[in-house]
Amino acid sequence: MNPPAAPPLIELHALTKTYGVGDAAFQALKGIDLTIQRGEFVAIMGPSGSGKSTLMNVLGCLDTATSGSYHYQGIAVETLDSDQRSLLRRYALGFVFQGFNLLARTSSLDNVELPLLYRGIARKERHEKALAALTSVGLPTKLLNTPGELSGGQQQRVAIARAIVTEPSTLFADEPTGNLDSVTTRDVMQLLTRLNVDRGITVLVVTHQDDVAACAKRTVLIKDGLIESDSTRS
Amino acid sequence: MIWNAFAIAVREIGRNLTRAVLTVLGVFIGVAAIITMVTLGQGATLAVKAQISSLGSNLLTLRPGAGFGFRPAAGGVPNFTEKDAETIREQVGGIAALAPIRTTSLSTIYLHNARTSSVTGTTPVYFQINRWNLADGRFFAATDLRSGAAVCVIGNTVRKELFGDENPVGAKIRIGKASCEVIGLLATKGQAGMGDQDDTIIVPLSTLQRRLIGKTSSHDIGQIAISAQDGADSSALIAEITSLMRQRRNLQKNQDNNFSVFDTRQIAETLGSTTQLMTMLLAAVAGVSLLVGGIGIMNIMLVSVTERTREIGIRLAIGATAGEVLMQFLVEAVTLSCIGGLVGILLALGLCLGLARIIQVPFNFNPQINLIAFMFSAAVGILFGFTPARRAARLNPIDALRHE
Repeated sequence: MNPPAAPPLIELHALTKTYGVGDAAFQALKGIDLTIQRGEFVAIMGPSGSGKSTLMNVLGCLDTATSGSYHYQGIAVETLDSDQRSLLRRYALGFVFQGFNLLARTSSLDNVELPLLYRGIARKERHEKALAALTSVGLPTKLLNTPGELSGGQQQRVAIARAIVTEPSTLFADEPTGNLDSVTTRDVMQLLTRLNVDRGITVLVVTHQDDVAACAKRTVLIKDGLIESDSTRS
Repeated sequence: MIWNAFAIAVREIGRNLTRAVLTVLGVFIGVAAIITMVTLGQGATLAVKAQISSLGSNLLTLRPGAGFGFRPAAGGVPNFTEKDAETIREQVGGIAALAPIRTTSLSTIYLHNARTSSVTGTTPVYFQINRWNLADGRFFAATDLRSGAAVCVIGNTVRKELFGDENPVGAKIRIGKASCEVIGLLATKGQAGMGDQDDTIIVPLSTLQRRLIGKTSSHDIGQIAISAQDGADSSALIAEITSLMRQRRNLQKNQDNNFSVFDTRQIAETLGSTTQLMTMLLAAVAGVSLLVGGIGIMNIMLVSVTERTREIGIRLAIGATAGEVLMQFLVEAVTLSCIGGLVGILLALGLCLGLARIIQVPFNFNPQINLIAFMFSAAVGILFGFTPARRAARLNPIDALRHE
């Protein structure tokens, strides 16, 4: 007897997102169908205003779709309330933002420990896991520095450490290298690739940089709220 | 979850000490101000009330002149005579005791200490009417009054200035033209509202008239102090005395009174309600400072709302629920407000104890005002600390993150 086939990690059907109402309404997503399997490394590309960030925010449960269906590991996300979406983010998703979004005046270690705090993990284990995460992103010496004392690349690595410390099944990165120079960009992308290959974390990167997209095996191109192309490198 | 929120809140307070201190300061100043003002104001009211009871009940004072005031008869207005006092005592019912009073300012000398003191000539019953007690020695008696003995009873202020630490009883001081033996020291009544009551020398009326002044007008008396019997209607008494005195002074129907009868207790009560009004004013001023403190808190919170909204966005994005974020902010606001309130109460306690001693009012701990001030400031702190958070936590995480 075969076990029932596991549902895909992400399954979108006719997903739309409209901002505003009436004449001022703007449809950022006009009907997206997309399926992403476990362990993929997907780059979502497109010109600015194409809706790629909106798509990622909806996928990451940071925002809600206007219509259509979104299943994450078989869970119908559109039926969840905001607390349930919070719990989904807490236990399954990790985020890396263009602007890093670290807590100001807070040490790297405390920033990385933060998601564990909400998981109710004990102090000692929290500390060990955060230390391991910071080590894996190459920052074991900057534990007590606050974001203001770190370079952009270092801040983004702290943010990545914070995203992976909970061992999420999916890592969302919205223009993770948008504020970084080319050398740091390469470091960060190598880090994301390693997480994908070594730990099997599904990675979704939103970017407009070709060299960043080149790290991904699959590239989804969005234009005017619709998927224009979806290509996978062999 | 509460414990977790508490841990996070305490961390956040530690990380944003300036903001925390400013918030605490806002609450703290308001609480300290309002408690101090109200407590001291109530102390002053109590002091006045104590003085009212020291004046004696149903004490009437008959003075020449129509106006209100502590000045002697103006030119043309006749003083009273001892005969007036006699007549009132005989003809008006409901009087418990009556004392003619003549007060004058005379130089007093003891050894090389000299000062001008208010000297009152009266009869022994005056001590009862005005509720004087002795600290030492004795009051003068009816025999002293009859003989015009050169004796006096002095108040505590006079003792301090003339005798210092020396025991005055038995010593002789020079008052005006004559030398008088100090036979008694009055128990102190204190200073409040009506001036220093202890700055007084009391001698038999006859002594004042014959020995100390010795002029033709010396048989006049300045005032008549009357204490009514318990339960007597003081307004009826005043009416009766007034009509009697009009008759004795030959006033026509169209002439105004050239004397007045004061109910001393009424004056004191007016004074008391004035003090109470002052207390309320002070409380209002302190209330404004509490409000300003609250606005300060509101300012700090609003200024930090952008940063805090982003913080909320970050927390939501990494998996905090809106409830957890709100709990954290609530704990933060409550903690800061309570610290501010408690420190404010402690400071107010210190201030009240110190100031009460300096301005000589009794200190009375008032739990009610402490509680009210604390609750109000806590409410302000919580309201302003919590409201921005509540709005931010309702946002989609992405909107909170993008807040500018």
